[in-house]
Amino acid sequence: MNASNPSLASGAGRECWLPTLQLAMQEVFELMLACPLQIPSAPPVEEGLDITAMVGLAGQLCGILTVRCSARSAARMASRMLGIDPDNGGPEVWDAMGEICNMVAGNFKNKISGLGDGCMLSVPTVITGGDYNLRSPVNEEFRTVLLFEGEIVVLSLEVHS
Amino acid sequence: MDNISVLIVDDSSVMRKIVERSLRQSGLGLAQVLEAGNGAEALAALQGNKMDLILCDINMPVMDGLEFVKALSGVENAKGVPVVMITTEGSEGHVVQALSAGARGYIRKPFTPDQVKEHVLPVLTGKK
Repeated sequence: MNASNPSLASGAGRECWLPTLQLAMQEVFELMLACPLQIPSAPPVEEGLDITAMVGLAGQLCGILTVRCSARSAARMASRMLGIDPDNGGPEVWDAMGEICNMVAGNFKNKISGLGDGCMLSVPTVITGGDYNLRSPVNEEFRTVLLFEGEIVVLSLEVHS
Repeated sequence: MDNISVLIVDDSSVMRKIVERSLRQSGLGLAQVLEAGNGAEALAALQGNKMDLILCDINMPVMDGLEFVKALSGVENAKGVPVVMITTEGSEGHVVQALSAGARGYIRKPFTPDQVKEHVLPVLTGKK
């Protein structure tokens, strides 16, 4: 699953970022969870997304990468990664979500030419609950929705600079 | 291979569990698994334990993977013990530094159990 080699440069190079982001997510799920993600045939209703995992990017690319899904999906993901009971996950579910987000961010930046050594990732943060607003200076957003076991997962990269 | 003693060094407890699970799923027989949250904890763990393999993250607080690999040269129990780095970021600079410092290989996340085995088996059998 080798992607093309999109560049860090703004403009034309960034046209590849959305499919690259999507590929980075799909690879993490296929390799670490042994579960391919599906692309929804129609725009799904985005509700019940009460788990948000976030990783900050700093350096040549500054921004925030987030992965959002339902608590049930998060528990299923943790179960697939760690072999735990999805009905009794506890804090391990949040940690697993943070790791998934971290791996997606790392995998994405490895696919962008010139970004591997020039961009650092923060420690992941996980928010539980969906009733919040996140405000940050965003110049560009790359956003995609995928299906994990039939339920939606929203992946977003908000680029500050 | 059976009866392998492994030290897994990563600041993420989830990632330590994933690595251990991947080793088991790959068919390697683990006799002992020790965990450490950073390089300093790993050095302490090596004081009383002789391991067959060390799997180590690069980016960690307190003592990162690069410092840890360099510090291993002064640890009697670590002499000849292969270190394989595991990294999310895949920074080529860090990987080169780790290999130069004595690491025998590296695994890039995300990975499958088979990929872990593919990287670990040669260093355990001395073929790498």
